[in-house]
Amino acid sequence: MAILVYAESAADGKYKKAAFEAVSYAKSIAAQSGDTVTAVAINASESSDSLYKYGADKVLKVSNDALKNFSPNAYAKVLSDLKDGDTIVLPATNDASSFAPLLALKTDATLVTNLISAPENVSPFTAERRAFSGKGIEKVEVSEGAKVLTVLQNAFGLKENPSSGTEETANVSVSEADSKVKVVKVEQASTDKIDLKEAEIVVSGGRGLKGPENWGMIEELASLLGAATASSKPVADIGWRPHSEHVGQTGKAIAPKLYIAIGISGAIQHLAGVNSSKTIVVINSDAEAPFFKAADYGIVGDAFEIVPKLIEEVKKFKGA
Amino acid sequence: MKILVCISSVPDTTAKINFTGDGKAFDKNGVQFVINPHDEFSLTRAVQLQETQGAKVTVLTVGDATVEPVMRKALAIGADDAIRVNADARDGLFVATQIAKVAKEGGYDLVLTGRESIDYNGGEVPGFVAGILDYAFVNGCVGLNVDGNAVEAVREIDGGKETISAQFPVVIAGQKGLVDETELRIPNMRGIMAARTKPLNVVEAEQTSSKLNVVGYTKPAERGNVTLIDKDNVGELVRLLHEEAKVI
Ligand SMILES: Cc1cc2nc3c(=O)[nH]c(=O)nc-3n(C[C@H](O)[C@H](O)[C@H](O)COP(=O)(O)OP(=O)(O)OC[C@H]3O[C@@H](n4cnc5c(N)ncnc54)[C@H](O)[C@@H]3O)c2cc1C
Ligand SMILES: Nc1ncnc2c1ncn2[C@@H]1O[C@H](COP(=O)(O)O)[C@@H](O)[C@H]1O
Repeated sequence: MAILVYAESAADGKYKKAAFEAVSYAKSIAAQSGDTVTAVAINASESSDSLYKYGADKVLKVSNDALKNFSPNAYAKVLSDLKDGDTIVLPATNDASSFAPLLALKTDATLVTNLISAPENVSPFTAERRAFSGKGIEKVEVSEGAKVLTVLQNAFGLKENPSSGTEETANVSVSEADSKVKVVKVEQASTDKIDLKEAEIVVSGGRGLKGPENWGMIEELASLLGAATASSKPVADIGWRPHSEHVGQTGKAIAPKLYIAIGISGAIQHLAGVNSSKTIVVINSDAEAPFFKAADYGIVGDAFEIVPKLIEEVKKFKGA
Repeated sequence: MKILVCISSVPDTTAKINFTGDGKAFDKNGVQFVINPHDEFSLTRAVQLQETQGAKVTVLTVGDATVEPVMRKALAIGADDAIRVNADARDGLFVATQIAKVAKEGGYDLVLTGRESIDYNGGEVPGFVAGILDYAFVNGCVGLNVDGNAVEAVREIDGGKETISAQFPVVIAGQKGLVDETELRIPNMRGIMAARTKPLNVVEAEQTSSKLNVVGYTKPAERGNVTLIDKDNVGELVRLLHEEAKVI
């Protein structure tokens, strides 16, 4: 049987990193269960080779204008129609998380969301998921039957596992009516910005930066490092930065390899959204700031002095 | 227009999370409970629609009697009445089954929830409710207007926003941005007094079976001690990130 994986692509037709992580995760189940891995790509234009690299044995290509805009109902229908086994793996992106419950109902499957590590056992399926905003880890077990799984971004990670895959075109019958919702307007800013949830490195600023006019150095540092930018909640609330950059318990939860927090005190609600980062660097003028207790590296000092120096050092490093 | 706002009662965001000695359950000892922050945005939007368009707003929680103080807070903020489905909120599908039953029987046009509860972080309930009832569904909603039976909702997408239209009945999962932070309401004395006499009806739960078992809980590994770098030696940070942490 095949484990079905949703290989999510971005607006530009390229696969998201989350798609490769989901394929990697499916492959880790397949290695234990003896199943194969089939990736489903909806309106993607990138070559399937990148999916084979992470272990997809087959790629089912779906092209359909009725799926051009996302609709939870229609996407759930497509995956449900293509299923041919008892496991479906999805990335825990916004879109896939939205249709996961619908898909679980359609396929009479048990839903397990936000998985963070390879299953300890595949029968019964036993694995760990994120809970309590990262303050806890919950181990769950699906006693029997079909399951729909979502895999947290930047948690299980990418595992190369090349297969000699094949590609097929899949025909699905979906119509506008399956959507129930109609997208009437799309406002897309630049698509070349690095997605915060997918970013390997994140440079984040807090109220210590004093005002939106001071974000130039944050953006410069981020762009040198190939990083996304983020902010603490008050910074988004006062409108210095867009809401989409707010990280923490009530904003986005992220888990990059490197999180650099500049002028952020490290309140518990902030930490909840970033404490899964592999390495944390804190730059803060107050040696007593709670964030230092949750950091791997720290510099006590004025951000307006340190960040420009850091930019110079990164430039030297990159140039070397 | 009838709006059902589903509210989950969760540990205060500053709460330290501990588990019982056997690691089988969340230890509620000494923990304060609050309205799930995402649900507060949905509740506030519902109360605004009540004030501007005459909507009737009912809040619903699936939980035991200990959640009632949190429900009273929602009544104090402005909901008209409340329903508690008397049960332990076991898993997402169970909770959604209860919500779907109330939503259908009560003929609600809009079912508002939060994007996820900050305790178990399932993000499952709203999608399940929409799926069970076969209603239209908008997740992660950051803007909502209603005109007659037509709903216009805005949702965040990668690097932008998307405006969606749908017809009643609809399930909407809200988050920060649905209303402005400054529009969130703190119950005032009049609201608190009024909330005492507003109806809070308790109904019994529908039983369901589940194949999902919780094996146990652990806490994430603690981070080691911080390495402090002198502010006049910033280059050392870059070297450590490259050579020691291997992240750049
Ligand atoms: C229900 C609820 C949910 C919340 N959810 C979130 C959430 O999801 N995310 C979140 O971030 N917060 C959240 N908060 C808010 C949180 O409690 C803190 O208020 C917030 O994180 C503080 O933001 P900050 O660190 O940017 O600002 P501050 O606490 O004001 O800290 C600013 C820091 O900058 C430092 N600083 C000042 N000047 C300089 C300088 N020149 N150079 C270097 N450092 C300097 C200061 O020493 C200080 O540590 C939530 C709060 C509540 C009540
Ligand atoms: N026990 C509950 N009672 C009522 N609503 C709930 C309950 N649990 C979750 N919800 C709603 O469903 C949303 C998502 O929750 P969850 O799927 O648990 O992450 C929450 O923001 C609430 O609006």
